Amino acid sequence: MGMIVHFGRYLNLLRETFSRPERWSIFWRRTVEEMDLLGVQSLGIVALLSAFMGAVITIQTKTNIDSPLIQAWVVGFATRQSVILEFSPTVISLILAGKVGSNIAAEIGSMRVKEQIDALDIMGVNSASYLILPKLAATTMINPFLVMISMFLGIFGGWLAGVQSGVISSEDFIMGIQTGFKPFHVTYALVKTVVFAFIITTVSAYQGYYTRGGTREVGISSTRAVVYSNVVILLANLVLTRVLLL
Amino acid sequence: MIVVEGLSKRFGNTQVLTAIDAAFHKGRVNQIIGRSGSGKSVLAKCMVGLYQPEEGRVLYEGRSFHDMEEEERRQVRQRIGMLFQGSALFDSLTVLENVMFPLRMFGTMAKSEMQDRAHECLRLVRIQEKDGLFPAQISGGMQKRVGIARAIVLEPEYLFCDEPNSGLDPQTAIVIDDLIKELTESLGTTTVVITHDMNSVMETGEHILFIHQGRKWWEGDREALLHTDNKELIEFVFAGNLMRQVKEAMTRGR
Repeated sequence: MGMIVHFGRYLNLLRETFSRPERWSIFWRRTVEEMDLLGVQSLGIVALLSAFMGAVITIQTKTNIDSPLIQAWVVGFATRQSVILEFSPTVISLILAGKVGSNIAAEIGSMRVKEQIDALDIMGVNSASYLILPKLAATTMINPFLVMISMFLGIFGGWLAGVQSGVISSEDFIMGIQTGFKPFHVTYALVKTVVFAFIITTVSAYQGYYTRGGTREVGISSTRAVVYSNVVILLANLVLTRVLLL
Repeated sequence: MIVVEGLSKRFGNTQVLTAIDAAFHKGRVNQIIGRSGSGKSVLAKCMVGLYQPEEGRVLYEGRSFHDMEEEERRQVRQRIGMLFQGSALFDSLTVLENVMFPLRMFGTMAKSEMQDRAHECLRLVRIQEKDGLFPAQISGGMQKRVGIARAIVLEPEYLFCDEPNSGLDPQTAIVIDDLIKELTESLGTTTVVITHDMNSVMETGEHILFIHQGRKWWEGDREALLHTDNKELIEFVFAGNLMRQVKEAMTRGR
């Protein structure tokens, strides 16, 4: 099927998704459940990756710019910039696309092949809105918090590794993370995070919602969800960086 | 009453249904029978609006379903109960929550009233003691019964059952058939059962529609079915040993 047809169906699914929920109380309850499943349960992997990546960024920066012409605090500055601008919003979103995106596509795809979505439609429930909107609300609300935690842990991991390994003093690192700080960079990172959360959820939900066949096809949809979400996130990252930073 | 007029459905270049005309009566078990791949499930899915037919109409009490506004169509759907071949119960909900689901979405009752109504439906299908279990923790036959309870919880006017006996042992299949018959009589629903199980046809079929190669091939009741001279229907009905013996006994008895 052509790309235009897929895009048209994707837009149509979005239109149905943004219909008014049948029951707001059910919508909010499902949103909180999804926040736990898709957000809180991702906290462990986000924390682990962020702390270790921050540590590695600090050590690698130091080993690559080890020059008497460059002041020591630059390591802290570079770590902060790398973590806030790119690692936390983009790399963490790519990782969440793998974890959360495959989860969404597999869950909705299984419901499709087991006729549970047909059951919802026959009951008169808007299945797209019922299934996808709470996930979308959950990820767009909780992912910015995950990314803020990632930023903190990334910089903290960098500080800890830098100080413990002796590549930088605590004072120099703290001076580096304070130097030239632009609050807009955090805003830019959070805007990217919300857009990426939207992409992960809707692209994965689309793959799951239009699954046809059996369990093999659910697996294929799940894989496609991760691959397409990653590709669209990378494209959106380029566009957002161009629009917001230049 | 549901009336189907000149309904045709195609998937790509494959014509699945051609000009089907039929009427499904209130308070009766109407059965759509036919071989696998004959188009009977597609016909049912067109009737409930899961598929859009290329030609023809489906009339619910004289109103064309596919010509209705979306809101009106949703209202009709809320008067339809459907039992799916695989039961289609929600895995993450318990038996009780599955049955309560339509009430929570569309009902105006208090939670305790919803629970009472759901328990009442579970009692009707004789599975009330399993209310706290998840679908994966109960057998296929029990899942079918829960599916029926969920389908009737909003007191539907139309009840669709897609292959209600598939994958069940003969005894459980009879229990399900009896349930469908009892509920049709007690609730006065227009019941449409899609099946290729001849036991089920002989147990519950009051009005039978035989679909062959996507066309309506024959229509009648159980008695007429046993005495038909329609070649394709005879091949379908008397394909099994048991039914062949019934036919031979009938022939000897004449």
